[in-house]
Amino acid sequence: MKARYIYMIFNTLKHVMGELRDQSDHYLLDPPLLGELITALRGLGYSVIGPVVREGAIVYDEIESASQLPVGLRDRQGPGYYRLEERGDKAFFGFVVGPHSWKRFLYPPRVKLFTVSRKGEVTPNNVLGKKLAFIGVRGCELAAISVLDKVLLGGPYVDPVYSAMRREVFIVAVNCTEPGENCFCLSVGTGPEAGSGYDIGLTEVVGDGVHYFVAKAGSSAGKSLLERIGARRATDEEVSEAAARIERARTLFRKGLDVNGLKDLLYKNLESPVYAEVAERCLACANCTLVCPTCFCTTVEEVTTLSGNVAERWRRWDSCFNADFSYIHGGPIRSSRMSRYRQWFTHKLATWIDQFGVMGCVGCGRCITWCPVGIDITEEAAKIRQRVLEVSAT
Amino acid sequence: MTEQSLGAATALEPFRIDWCQLVGRNKETPDTYTIRLRPLRRGEIAFSPGQFNMLYAYGVGEVPISISGASSNGQTLEHTVRAVGPVTKALTTARIGSSVGLRGPFGRGWPLREAEGQDVIIVGGGIGLAPLRPAIQHIIRNREKYGKLYVLYGARTPADLLYKKELRVWRSRLDTQLLVTVDRGDEKWRGYIGVVTTLFRYLRLEPNNTYAYVCGPEIMMRFTVQELKNQGLPDERIFISMERNMKCGVGICGHCQFGPFFVCKDGPVFSLSEVSNFFGRREV
Repeated sequence: MKARYIYMIFNTLKHVMGELRDQSDHYLLDPPLLGELITALRGLGYSVIGPVVREGAIVYDEIESASQLPVGLRDRQGPGYYRLEERGDKAFFGFVVGPHSWKRFLYPPRVKLFTVSRKGEVTPNNVLGKKLAFIGVRGCELAAISVLDKVLLGGPYVDPVYSAMRREVFIVAVNCTEPGENCFCLSVGTGPEAGSGYDIGLTEVVGDGVHYFVAKAGSSAGKSLLERIGARRATDEEVSEAAARIERARTLFRKGLDVNGLKDLLYKNLESPVYAEVAERCLACANCTLVCPTCFCTTVEEVTTLSGNVAERWRRWDSCFNADFSYIHGGPIRSSRMSRYRQWFTHKLATWIDQFGVMGCVGCGRCITWCPVGIDITEEAAKIRQRVLEVSAT
Repeated sequence: MTEQSLGAATALEPFRIDWCQLVGRNKETPDTYTIRLRPLRRGEIAFSPGQFNMLYAYGVGEVPISISGASSNGQTLEHTVRAVGPVTKALTTARIGSSVGLRGPFGRGWPLREAEGQDVIIVGGGIGLAPLRPAIQHIIRNREKYGKLYVLYGARTPADLLYKKELRVWRSRLDTQLLVTVDRGDEKWRGYIGVVTTLFRYLRLEPNNTYAYVCGPEIMMRFTVQELKNQGLPDERIFISMERNMKCGVGICGHCQFGPFFVCKDGPVFSLSEVSNFFGRREV
């Protein structure tokens, strides 16, 4: 009896403490404070990277102030379709994801690995570590960074470039309140709310005459930064309004990937006719792999000076859609587009799980948007599943 | 900062190059050479038969090459290289005494410990004999630890046979059965003619007491595996060495994927039971 009481009291206390702690981690930022946040990060020596508009798309680049953010813009997306339009409000994060992902900063598209002199002195390229602050990391993108952590830091060998870039990253996440047309993070469990791994998590509340951010500290560094810029505690109403916006977002998804038993399904149906059908449309252009926030394949180039006294090894992003990718003496292993699409698709959705314990797809929808012919990974997965059901029904 | 683990501080250096001196070169066939490398700083490079190194020709590039042997004192490593591209041409034409970069050894080799007390059949096709050679040498050096040893080797023509001197030594051993065949003979050839799988008719294996190590072109391995299965060998005792494009050797560049495996770090040697869903499938 006594033990039960103690247990109950303990539980109640734990609950109350949890609530208190939760609330105390929520701050309120008026729009000007977002600018203060960026200034403060720069003051701490961070290069601040955030969304900006370039050539009709929202990409990530270094920013100095909040006014450079794509204020009042929304991205309309569809299979092979992307357009920016005015929202009619002053939202800072009223869009979802564009062609860039954070991997271009953590795992640069082209990077020198080392220099070798003719005498054989190898000098690794060590000038890489840099304090980076990412502003506006979505739930799917946070998940993508955690996937890359597993791939490139999980060992036995650790990638020195990624490791150096990743070490000092400050992450300001943004929860999504309006999913895009190609988003399917909800179905793969990475959004619309950002999971763990951020320093500050923002939810933007805009409309009906209000505009503010509810900020949640995800780390002690995040908390002290919020206090340094003078953010006040958010009220219960503000916190629940922000939460309600995220809840509402959950009801707005138009796309989903049925992950139930998907790995086994794909392993059992490697010869599905769906792959050959996709190949009739696929241009093997590699766009999907370049916009994918988790695709990590690279190749190397040997560069020598004219004198020949110094050679450099450069690494650049590669794609399993290139014919050269699987080249061994005699020709490429995967010469057909069918086999290259199958490689990419099964890697993302099946073999990745055996390799790294998680799926390689985070549901951001970039590969759908930036595919010139609009191939949709969720549709192709559904087709493969459907085809199996049809065959087993007959 | 995020509180995720950012990798052990003691991580291995994936891109460290160990310089070696090219101390010898043996012409095996018109386009294939066995080069001998002596590490300059690392005294001795320990390896398991079946592993490979990334060999670097200064200013040209790097290629994965199986270790095909070592000198008895462990001072030099041998690599059998077919000159088919810029890097392999540079490696096979380098001046004796010049430097060759080496990263490795990488990967998982043949399960030699596991096969102790058992018969071993080794089947090589073409240059596929190279990664098998140190396994054969290991078994011959530790002959009492193994049962019967069969070596089946097929090449296109007599001129394409590797390690000709060593083949004669192996053939003369009473404890080793070596069968060599060529696709096309010449006027001096008195041996078997036909693909390597035709040699199986001369063998009667004890399937539950035999390990098989196979390396060669994928099509050759596919038919060899079929012969081994016909003789009753279970998938867990059949081992193949896979070849894929490799850039890094350490499981980061993604090129060598074979189903869920990275050939560089999970292989190159696999048991058939591990890869049965992928092996023999076109374009995987």
